[in-house]
Amino acid sequence: MSSNVRFIDFKSDKQPTWCPGCGDFGTMNGMMKALAETGNDPDNTFVVAGIGCSGKIGTYMHSYALHGVHGRALPVGIGVKMANPELEVMVAGGDGDGYSIGAGHFVHAVRRNVDMSYIVMDNRIYGLTKGQASPTSREDFETSTSPDGTNMPPVNPLALALASGATFIAQSFSSDSKRHTEIVKKAIEHDGFGFVNVYSPCVTFNDVDTYDYFRDTLVDLKEDDHDPTDREAAKKVILSGDKEYQGVIYQNEDSVSFEKQEGIEGPMNEVPDGAPEGAMDLVREFY
Amino acid sequence: MPDDLNWAIGGEAGDGIDSTGKIFAQALSRAGRHVYTSKDFASRIRGGYTAYKVRTSVDRVESVVDRLDVLIALTERTIDENMNELHEGSVIVYDGERTAMQDVEIPEEMVGLDVPLKSLAEDAGGAIMANVVALGAACEVSSFPIENLDASLEKRFSNKGTAIVENNKKAARLGQEYVQEEYDHDFDYDLETTDADYVLLNGDEAIGMGALAAGCKFYSGYPITPATNVMEYLTGRIDQFGGKVVQAEDELSAINMALGAARAGARSMTATSGPGIDLMTETFGLIATSETPLVICDVMRAGPSTGMPTKQEQGDLNMVLYGGHGEIARFALAPTNIAECFWKTVEAFNLAEKYQIPVYLVADLSLAVTEQTFPPEAFDMDEVEIERGKVVDEDNIDTWLDEQGRFQPHFPTADGVSPRAFPGTTDGAHMTTGLEHDSLGRRTESTEVRVEQVDKRDRKVETAKEEENWEPREFGESDADTLVISWGSNEGPLREALEFLEEDGIDVRFLSVPYLFPRPDLSDAIEQAETTIVVECNETGQFADVIEHDVLERVERINKYTGVRFKADELATEIKDVIAPQEAQA
Repeated sequence: MSSNVRFIDFKSDKQPTWCPGCGDFGTMNGMMKALAETGNDPDNTFVVAGIGCSGKIGTYMHSYALHGVHGRALPVGIGVKMANPELEVMVAGGDGDGYSIGAGHFVHAVRRNVDMSYIVMDNRIYGLTKGQASPTSREDFETSTSPDGTNMPPVNPLALALASGATFIAQSFSSDSKRHTEIVKKAIEHDGFGFVNVYSPCVTFNDVDTYDYFRDTLVDLKEDDHDPTDREAAKKVILSGDKEYQGVIYQNEDSVSFEKQEGIEGPMNEVPDGAPEGAMDLVREFY
Repeated sequence: MPDDLNWAIGGEAGDGIDSTGKIFAQALSRAGRHVYTSKDFASRIRGGYTAYKVRTSVDRVESVVDRLDVLIALTERTIDENMNELHEGSVIVYDGERTAMQDVEIPEEMVGLDVPLKSLAEDAGGAIMANVVALGAACEVSSFPIENLDASLEKRFSNKGTAIVENNKKAARLGQEYVQEEYDHDFDYDLETTDADYVLLNGDEAIGMGALAAGCKFYSGYPITPATNVMEYLTGRIDQFGGKVVQAEDELSAINMALGAARAGARSMTATSGPGIDLMTETFGLIATSETPLVICDVMRAGPSTGMPTKQEQGDLNMVLYGGHGEIARFALAPTNIAECFWKTVEAFNLAEKYQIPVYLVADLSLAVTEQTFPPEAFDMDEVEIERGKVVDEDNIDTWLDEQGRFQPHFPTADGVSPRAFPGTTDGAHMTTGLEHDSLGRRTESTEVRVEQVDKRDRKVETAKEEENWEPREFGESDADTLVISWGSNEGPLREALEFLEEDGIDVRFLSVPYLFPRPDLSDAIEQAETTIVVECNETGQFADVIEHDVLERVERINKYTGVRFKADELATEIKDVIAPQEAQA
């Protein structure tokens, strides 16, 4: 790891095809800054991206990366980190990828608490398929496939994480670059599953959850006012339901990552030229 | 023909049938006898008929047969279930003191031994040892020296303390003595012992051991019959070699974790059965297009849907050959016996890494649950060779950087195999994706690049076809008029069937095929034979279909895979190009 890595080193030479003004620009910039400022470089970083507008992020960033199957980015990230705990693993995806098709994996990735960060670009809409309801869309949100609203309450991803035993829960806003970067840095530094739900507005298909809406309503949880190590306080914030919050909402400072608990010590990428030493003992077990 | 004894213990699930049967099988194996076991079982934890069957001989045994010589029946149903295999002179051991067994009628031509298993077990220290009393009785019936049981009892019960071990030894002897004293009968069986050294293991264990021998460090899976034993075998053992088993939340997750670990450079695998392969197929195309080496084991069971989870079938052939949308480069290996489960697993890892491709390892329930004896040399670890393919490091990565210094993980090389840089390698940072991509791994919609990459991935397969061995295993008479072809686990029973046929003066050439794709070209063999028979455990004859396909007359082909549809004028030109040589001849 070199200390003079700048965030620009994490940028690939591919120009993003996101719509002008898309929240994902700000989300990605914060991720790159956070990676650089936590002492990582592209050669020791592995980014796993889901499917959707957000999933394109692996192409626009420069690092080791896999752009995988819709909804399955988290298991890939877990496999990468367990096989090489020396890598910095960051998983990125959208609200559809994480809370709809991948919701099952989200719950279990939270439980497993592998040391990685999970950045969800939550725009409360399906953008790439041109404007259908997402799991975080409001109940009365009208789209081409929900002309009378979804008639379902939105998923509360923070509550889902809390109920699943999360050790780090945060939320940020892509447009508040400084705070967003700070929060992602904390997620990276956390020894465990660092979950950040990022409000990342879709300027093309969502005319409700807009930049203006978030700017007007967002409550910033500064550390003076909110103790993130207090799980009860976190629960109140998460279940309040009346406001949008940014900040580190919950952090278990005693968290020890799954791979450490499992005793994984280093990369698994070395293999001897033949069977490993002691392999014949395996045969003798069957006498 | 082996001079064999067919023995079974049957009762209700939960009666300890498996562990009792295993103790007897182990005792036979340690006494230098060959053993081949099978199980009748249901997908439930308690209740329902279940049996553990042992065929044993001084000679090698490769199959079950429809004949049962000695049966320990803990329930009346056990006798009913096996009536078609019992014969004149078969010995049935049962406990007539049990209420449910009081009215048992043993057919006249058979020998019923009413042994108070439970009472004798209580005399030895506890009713729980009733099955061991039965084992002792079985030793007497088959003239098998009871001392041979002792080591197996020690292996099974040593963790429970010496008192328990000694009680079990005593229980066995009480069973033996009871038969000796109460039944003055000369049984026809004499299980002689030899000095031969054997190990006894099943196919799932052989696959797991093969994975460890091959340097597998990461296994993720979701429990499913009959593949769970692979995972249970690896759990704990893999840690001793610096690896880890992860139980995922489902098969979708399992294969994606395995994929992630493989991208990180670990030798990685997952194992499941057909229903799991259905789910994993979602990710299969990604593994192939991202050119990730991964071993995916399908321990087949009877389908479709939940099917018959504890029954045998080779019904997944079409799925492993063709499963997944789009056209997916893959290899598929099918071990033909339990020792081959070990070797084909090692081979699967080497092929996966050499060609950066997903490799299906296709086993089935009969391999998975059968325990068979082998000399330990059948798993000679010194013979294991590891080939990792084109892995690059800091010293030679420069060769594979483009003019802008970017690593090219999908560079279209002559043999189709591109360089591979493990994450952490300096200057190796790159992405890959399930989208069609360029040599840098970045998405493309260019028709030229699409064709270049499809051709490159296809070229790997062509290279492998030329470079690797895909030959079938041959048995029987090579110039026989009758050719039998089979794949996977049928090899053992067919080898013994050949001996039956030989007794009747019928010569057969038998080709046992362990490679499903790429697979051997059998057209010459088929042409030479008068009759070709393809044997497989399924209804439609899936392998017969591919073999027929392989020997069909070739048609001309027009293919397009640029991502653009056919156009009328283009098609007319292409068709003219195909028929032009014929016109020229005219």
